[in-house]
Amino acid sequence: MEIWWRALTFTLGYNTSLVTVGAMLLAAAAGMVGSFVLLRKRALVSDAISHSTLPGLALAFLIMGVWQGDGRVLPALLVGAAGSAGIGLWMVQRIGERTRLGEDAAIGAVLSTFFAFGVVLITVIQSLSVRGQSGLTGYLVGATAGMLYSEALLIAACAMGLLLALLIWRRDLLLLCFDPAFARTQGYDTGRLDLLLLVLLMAVVVIGLKVTGLILIVALTIIPPVAARFWTDQPMRMVALAALLGALAGYLGVTLSSVREGLPTGPLIVLAAFALFLVSFLFSPRRGVLASLLAYRRLRRRVHLRQGLLALGRDEPIFDGLTLTLLRRRGLMRRDGVATPAGRAVARDAVHEERLWALYRRRYPDDALHREHAGLTPIGQVLSADAIMVLEAELPPAEVAQ
Amino acid sequence: MPDSRLGKAVIASPLALQGVTVSYDHRPVVHSVDFVTPPGSMSAIIGPNGAGKSTLLKAALGITRRLSGEVRVFGRPLEQETRHLAFVPQRSSIDWDFPARVIDVVGMGLYRDLRWWQFGSRKLRRRAMESLVRVGMEGFAERQIGQLSGGQQQRVFLARALVQEADLTILDEPFAGVDAATEAAIIQVLKSLRDEGRTLLCVHHDLATVREYFDHVLLMNVRRVAAGPVDEAFTEDNLQATYGGRLSPVQLARLVEPTPAGWQEGTERR
Repeated sequence: MEIWWRALTFTLGYNTSLVTVGAMLLAAAAGMVGSFVLLRKRALVSDAISHSTLPGLALAFLIMGVWQGDGRVLPALLVGAAGSAGIGLWMVQRIGERTRLGEDAAIGAVLSTFFAFGVVLITVIQSLSVRGQSGLTGYLVGATAGMLYSEALLIAACAMGLLLALLIWRRDLLLLCFDPAFARTQGYDTGRLDLLLLVLLMAVVVIGLKVTGLILIVALTIIPPVAARFWTDQPMRMVALAALLGALAGYLGVTLSSVREGLPTGPLIVLAAFALFLVSFLFSPRRGVLASLLAYRRLRRRVHLRQGLLALGRDEPIFDGLTLTLLRRRGLMRRDGVATPAGRAVARDAVHEERLWALYRRRYPDDALHREHAGLTPIGQVLSADAIMVLEAELPPAEVAQ
Repeated sequence: MPDSRLGKAVIASPLALQGVTVSYDHRPVVHSVDFVTPPGSMSAIIGPNGAGKSTLLKAALGITRRLSGEVRVFGRPLEQETRHLAFVPQRSSIDWDFPARVIDVVGMGLYRDLRWWQFGSRKLRRRAMESLVRVGMEGFAERQIGQLSGGQQQRVFLARALVQEADLTILDEPFAGVDAATEAAIIQVLKSLRDEGRTLLCVHHDLATVREYFDHVLLMNVRRVAAGPVDEAFTEDNLQATYGGRLSPVQLARLVEPTPAGWQEGTERR
């Protein structure tokens, strides 16, 4: 516990602090790029990229091991990983373009083949006597413990660069995700933007290999954006929030993994991210489970109140307990079941609105279908003023005086 | 510089198509269509389902690849002159669950005027709000786009086009599936744009309103059948040729004659 506290407060030594900062930057970049990938509906592509890094990683390790005696040279490994990820990505693209297979099928085929090849290579390496073999498994699940200063610096610097690139191209990427056809008419080259997005994603995956491992980096590009989506309806806020949540997950995960020797970093970061997701899922005021429950209760009361008012306005008897309670509590009805003057006025408005809604439903059945709760919400909150005027004008005169 | 060999009409036109051909799977869906959009006009592209109307627009805008043909904007190649064009797509092409509010979508029309270090400005927001006012949607600026009705979604897209202040606005079936109030509101905005001297080009489905809304038409069914001012091109023969005899003589007679008031009441809307 005490060690974790020291890690959290960045007092566990310079190296650990740098690793923590690096992981946070990386996770922020992953959250940002993941948001765009998710909005582009290509979330699985990151899975294809991460798995196809393995053969390149193993090959680079082998070459460096034969050449230098020790395979653990991070820059070389990253270049190797990026190389084979690039080939894998290119194959996914080609399969998608040249055949009738969907992107998901192409991803599945490429991902498993590359991963299988990588595992075979690793088995071969283990039968050879190259130094530093044990370090390779660190790339599967991530290992920040014992990370070299230079390695941490490389990761932090690259993640920083990625964040900057994402900041620069944020609007272009957003336009690409929302409405590519429109982006084209604006003179954006959507083909090149798609490529840019993939390259940025690939960079995040490759840099993240050492931190979370190749199996789990996918989680960092998907979970924070999904969690962020619970909190906002604004595109740029979602991207920023995903970066923030990612950084928070990275912070918690890396510091937790420094508590004891051998704790894997990747799984801890992912679990932290999932915890953040869970909180968002349950407690988000917009789309969370709790909010939905409350909204359901509110809706029920609204329906009951509305029905009660309509019944009042039409002089029909009311029997429902909840409806009676609601009407009385608002001072719209006396204890003996007779409407108060205020109740009469509100009921009259409700009946008028109901007639407008009925007319609306008759006139534009398609539109009415599209609306949730047409008839419950005050019509002025749903239709624009000119549309209501048209309805009012078409409304047949009320049967007055009953 | 515009090519000196081009005709005067092409140089003056905000969108001139020449021999535009598009094919899907080796089958031409648009075949060698020529059309010079008259500046300051309100033009309709008309034809039956599958006639390639939307495809022609998309090819003209560079969204779909052309097999052959040229697209010129004021005599220059389209690629250099995208700034003159605004586009209102079909509503079905959008993911309405996208995390964006109405004001965000309208703001997208201004993205290319923003540098990356700018985080939006009051001036841009004001411009976006102004175009929302023009389409009667200012009260909905903070709504998530999925909460809008079909007609309101169409208005938002129109606002995004308005904010660009383009010379030519291209609309792909702006009246498909919208309520009558929205249709009236949209047509009013379009007419006000034309009165400012801007040009409008619509793919249009409802033959009954062609005379009322538009001054020029392009009748097409994969190939161009006829084009010109409504009075000259929107004739019985041309309609028959475009729709391949699918319109009854009674229908045709009604369409071609100036519409008597009240007749639209009975027409079916898509």
